[in-house]
Amino acid sequence: MPVMTIAKAINEGLRAALKDSPATLLMGEDIGALGGVYRVTEGLKAEFGADRVVDTPLGESGIIGTAIGLALRGYRPVCEIQFDGFVFPGFNQITTQLAKMHARSDGMLRVPVVIRIPYGGGIGSVEHHSESPEALFAHTAGLRIITPSNPQDAYWMIQQAIDCDDPVIVFEPKRRYWLKGEVDLITPPGNPFAAHVLREGTDATVVTYGPLVPVALAAANAAAEDGTSVEVIDLRSVSPMDFDTVTASVQKTGRLIIAHEAPTFGGIGGELAARVSERAFLSLQAPVMRVGGFHLPYPVARMEDHYLPDIDRILESLDRALAY
Amino acid sequence: MVQLLTEDGHLVPDDRFGDFAPDPATYPGLYRDMFLIRRFDQESTALQRQGQLALWVPLTGQEAAQIGSGWAMQAADYAFPTYREHGVALTRGVDLPNILRLFRGTTNGGWDPREHNFQLYTLVLAAQTLHAVGYAMGIQRDRAADPDAVPAAAVAYFGDGASSEGDVHEAMVFAASFNAPVVFFCQNNHWAISVPSEVQTRVPLAERAAGYGFPGVRVDGNDILAVNAVTAWALDHARRGKGPVLIEAFTYRMSAHTTADDPTKYRASAEEESWVARDPLRRLESHLRATGTPDSFFTDLEGEAVEQAARLRKAVLAMEAPDLSHRFGTAYAEPHPLVQEELRQWRDYEAGFAPADEGGK
Repeated sequence: MPVMTIAKAINEGLRAALKDSPATLLMGEDIGALGGVYRVTEGLKAEFGADRVVDTPLGESGIIGTAIGLALRGYRPVCEIQFDGFVFPGFNQITTQLAKMHARSDGMLRVPVVIRIPYGGGIGSVEHHSESPEALFAHTAGLRIITPSNPQDAYWMIQQAIDCDDPVIVFEPKRRYWLKGEVDLITPPGNPFAAHVLREGTDATVVTYGPLVPVALAAANAAAEDGTSVEVIDLRSVSPMDFDTVTASVQKTGRLIIAHEAPTFGGIGGELAARVSERAFLSLQAPVMRVGGFHLPYPVARMEDHYLPDIDRILESLDRALAY
Repeated sequence: MVQLLTEDGHLVPDDRFGDFAPDPATYPGLYRDMFLIRRFDQESTALQRQGQLALWVPLTGQEAAQIGSGWAMQAADYAFPTYREHGVALTRGVDLPNILRLFRGTTNGGWDPREHNFQLYTLVLAAQTLHAVGYAMGIQRDRAADPDAVPAAAVAYFGDGASSEGDVHEAMVFAASFNAPVVFFCQNNHWAISVPSEVQTRVPLAERAAGYGFPGVRVDGNDILAVNAVTAWALDHARRGKGPVLIEAFTYRMSAHTTADDPTKYRASAEEESWVARDPLRRLESHLRATGTPDSFFTDLEGEAVEQAARLRKAVLAMEAPDLSHRFGTAYAEPHPLVQEELRQWRDYEAGFAPADEGGK
């Protein structure tokens, strides 16, 4: 199996989708000759032409709004938003139009638009380049939200998003774009909306997604050295959310720690905690712990190491859960 | 401002758009549609007053702008309306009672857009202008892939109020960049609820097109012949691959913004009266009568309008909303575990009540 980075895996996934169907096209700012600010679309314009890898004018509402029109005409547009914090000029089109058009039409219209958003911090960047706005979108019915954490998922999940008849937002963990891994180009990993158990354990469950997956795995390794067996789950899909896999894990381990970069208040972790409390209340031996961002605007680069959840923050929550 | 028919019903020539003027044989049909949609508007307002509709959005005064532009479209063209384009809906073959489903609260849509090439009403101002541009980009690609594909264009409807929305700007930028076959059709009806068009713009809206690098035309929006000719020209321009056009139809919202509005609080009756003299129906009627149209044509139309109203009332009273499970079934195109689970929970909850005839919900 070939080894590639997440960025290259998405690039290959997009290439496969463009080859697979003439209805697929990419659109966004600087995605053509430059290949995108993260070079995820590198080489695709040269291979498929400017009509299928479209450098758009600089306007996020314009990108999403015209993608909706293209989808109504039978196309499957894949939009790149340059950075997480720049999606908001397109927020209206995503939440009032894209998410609602299927319901508005009583199921008659389908708008299979994919929106790729590099997200998360840890890259030492300026304001609006390090945010994790997934909960803002998860709250909107009509959207699906997935986030790959490794090259294998990245290669397949982008293609599965394009195949889906619903709008799908793919949050790409930008600080992991250069993470390498094997990619099975023949066999897809199944349902993109299902969580994966990455490491089995018996004492506690750590659920995370996207950029924190390697952090959670490292925390589990550290805990193992202290004799604690931690199960690690990569949620993979934020909406829908795979409550069943997490519930089954908690029924086994009795403790749940949820980690994400986004602020904990009003976040994905709170939703998951509530659902697990409903489903596995009597299995819980400690309150559900959340590790995440604080209720602050994302801090400046030279503070972000203290803001982002790291191995120690996860271990500290684990200790509290074990000591409860 | 382009005009082919004066306020007192006389034809005037126009060098630029005269070739696109409608055949006089179509005048009775144009008048009929304007007449019927105004009567539809009046009946819908009455239905709202009777509590049968939650809200109504009147179009009176804008019949020429809507029927005239609608008649210029061909079957393969695709219109993206706001929420006031009842006249355009008529020209696209939408069964008029279906328009009222949205306002009665039984659906957010009401018709199959693909059947009529007429998108559903869009309530967030100007959002649909981008959809029109994207659709036009799709037409472009289809025609590049298949030179025999039917030439077509998209039409983006919006108003003077919505012209201030950022989406209109982005739509025009994108349309210009890609030379998309789209006609921006702005009905400047002078009032965005209570705010006059002077607050939205210092120049005639049609002049904004120059800034985007495509033609802009201001047309007398109460002159159906001029509206039809200018729109036919613009659509031809777009279908031939010459790019977008902005049309500003200069018209007037003779009624309220909606049935929840009260124009007496913000505009003078003298202004309203000045527009009565420019009524779009009156001037074509004057022309038809002066050119020998028999009285029977008008009396037959009256009969048709009465029948239409009766049919409308009957249809509206019979409109029921589907069960909430319909909403669960149409939120997503593909199965969604949370929606399925919540549907099961809701059904279990509902099943816990005694049947309605035994005193339950």
